Amino acid sequence: MKQTKILSKTRRDSVIAFGIVIIAYAAMQALSMTGNLSNTITGLLVPICAYIVMAVSLNLTVGILGELSLGHAGFMSVGAFTGIVATTFLADAVPSPILRLTVAMILAAVAAAIVGVIVGIPVLRLKGDYLAIVTLAFGEIIKNIINVLYVGMDDRGLHFSIIKQTFTLNEGGDMIINGPIGVSGIDKISNFTAGFILILITLFIVLNLINSRHGRAVMAVRDNRIAADSVGISTTRFKLMAFVISAAFAGMAGTLYAMNYSTITAAKFDFNLSILVLVFVVLGGLGNIWGSIIAAALLTVLPELLRALNFNDYRMLVYAILLIVLMLFNNSGAKEKFLGWLALRKEAKGHKQKKEVA
Amino acid sequence: MALLEVTDLGISFGGLRAVDELNMTLEEGSLVGLIGPNGAGKTTVFNMLTGVYRPTDGGIRLAGENIVGKKPHEICKMGIARTFQNIRLFNKLTVLDNVKVGLHNEITYSLAESLLHVGSYRKKEKMMDERAMEILKVFDLDGQWDYKATNLPYGKQRKLEISRALATDPKLLLLDEPAAGMNPNETEELMETIELVREKFHVTVLLIEHDMKLVSGICEYLYVLNFGRLLAEGTPAQVLSNPEVITAYLGD
Repeated sequence: MKQTKILSKTRRDSVIAFGIVIIAYAAMQALSMTGNLSNTITGLLVPICAYIVMAVSLNLTVGILGELSLGHAGFMSVGAFTGIVATTFLADAVPSPILRLTVAMILAAVAAAIVGVIVGIPVLRLKGDYLAIVTLAFGEIIKNIINVLYVGMDDRGLHFSIIKQTFTLNEGGDMIINGPIGVSGIDKISNFTAGFILILITLFIVLNLINSRHGRAVMAVRDNRIAADSVGISTTRFKLMAFVISAAFAGMAGTLYAMNYSTITAAKFDFNLSILVLVFVVLGGLGNIWGSIIAAALLTVLPELLRALNFNDYRMLVYAILLIVLMLFNNSGAKEKFLGWLALRKEAKGHKQKKEVA
Repeated sequence: MALLEVTDLGISFGGLRAVDELNMTLEEGSLVGLIGPNGAGKTTVFNMLTGVYRPTDGGIRLAGENIVGKKPHEICKMGIARTFQNIRLFNKLTVLDNVKVGLHNEITYSLAESLLHVGSYRKKEKMMDERAMEILKVFDLDGQWDYKATNLPYGKQRKLEISRALATDPKLLLLDEPAAGMNPNETEELMETIELVREKFHVTVLLIEHDMKLVSGICEYLYVLNFGRLLAEGTPAQVLSNPEVITAYLGD
């Protein structure tokens, strides 16, 4: 009895998260097949998937580890450009686009994780506001480095240079990343289904982590660092672990996102994007994984929805007001009352059933 | 061989000599009290024993092994667990999960098993649940296993902290004012629990207490600290009749 209760409690959140994603995917596919999906929404599907993965992974840092990171877009861009280079490089070797995207995402995850370690080691020594500011700085540094990165490929292989293009390509060679001009002519191999699968994998890993000894150690560090130390948990190790896993998923989201557009520049992954993802996480609730999913989807669709509803002139104003209202609702007693009311109703129902059984 | 040997331990914070020339020996299985007036340096001693502070002088040996300079989490793995004067629980985790965090190094599985829930994950988690519930039962907390730690009443939070410390399977348990803020009935009950714990978990206990009368009931041996120095030591009867101790507590 006790065992089943323990399981059911931890499983409930997972079921909700997976349920939302699977139902939404099925609904979108159905709408798309019957031709009821507008072009704008169709164009938003892959970015929404990428944002969801970003939000869930950032929730690992902000909600589960409890450290405010303002540079999550930096890891996304590392993943995006790694993915682009990988897919171009592998274009001939791996003809299957699905396989190529998978390999690119794995490489993107590894690259973002490596950058995560490099950034994490100094950053995680800091606390609170200082940590947040430094992650912001690192996010900008990553963006600016990629902004002056030149990558080309010819029959001799890949060529890299930074600040100035110092290599010349043989005939038939191509520039992949062309400094501030970014990348153009991307082979658009991302699609909604790939995004859907990536979300499922992210959810599987992140939710598993939360319900494991490693995840509990991370949450223990969040709740009380000194006490975590006192029960034999190496706080630095678990902070870094959560941060790096979070970065790796942001990297995969980056590849998914980049392979959906024909052109992309480093400037796309700026501070605004980091904040946008942070808004998803905060609005969805810190540590609440399915909350992040809903917030990411809703807030991405909302501006388009407002456009469709002829709010065009006041669209961003309404968006901002809605955001404020939602935040206030989330952070006030109203939500607690609402959830309490729901719980009471459920309890009353349970009692009724018990009585009936008796 | 003694379980814990503290020799000429001292620490300075700038010009302040918080603890000076402290010598203590704890035999295995004993229940020892560290008492003294406010600001005597009792908690500072605990912080040195657990690696939070690095002593400036002297040595600490646990079962013959030096622990000075080791990190807190390493010292925990060597067998010292503690509670805190101001309760430090993992507030957003459940009562059960608090104890399971304590089991972190006792029942282990790999990161891959954590991420994929494969291999021994299920078996080990079940072992953790069972072990944690066993410990919670000793403290009569098993009925509230699914409460958030922060929602427990004060006295139970103290007990949960002890449960979590015991989950690490320590050789030496350090309790920092475990009865602080409890009423006389709760205090008496807690002291009985501590005696029970010592036998059930085969653990040596060193406890800080402000109130001398309280510890004299259960401790076999007392160390009295005043202004960072050892003022007296001995059995409770010896210590309580020591005129210097009485002066330190009551003033001239």
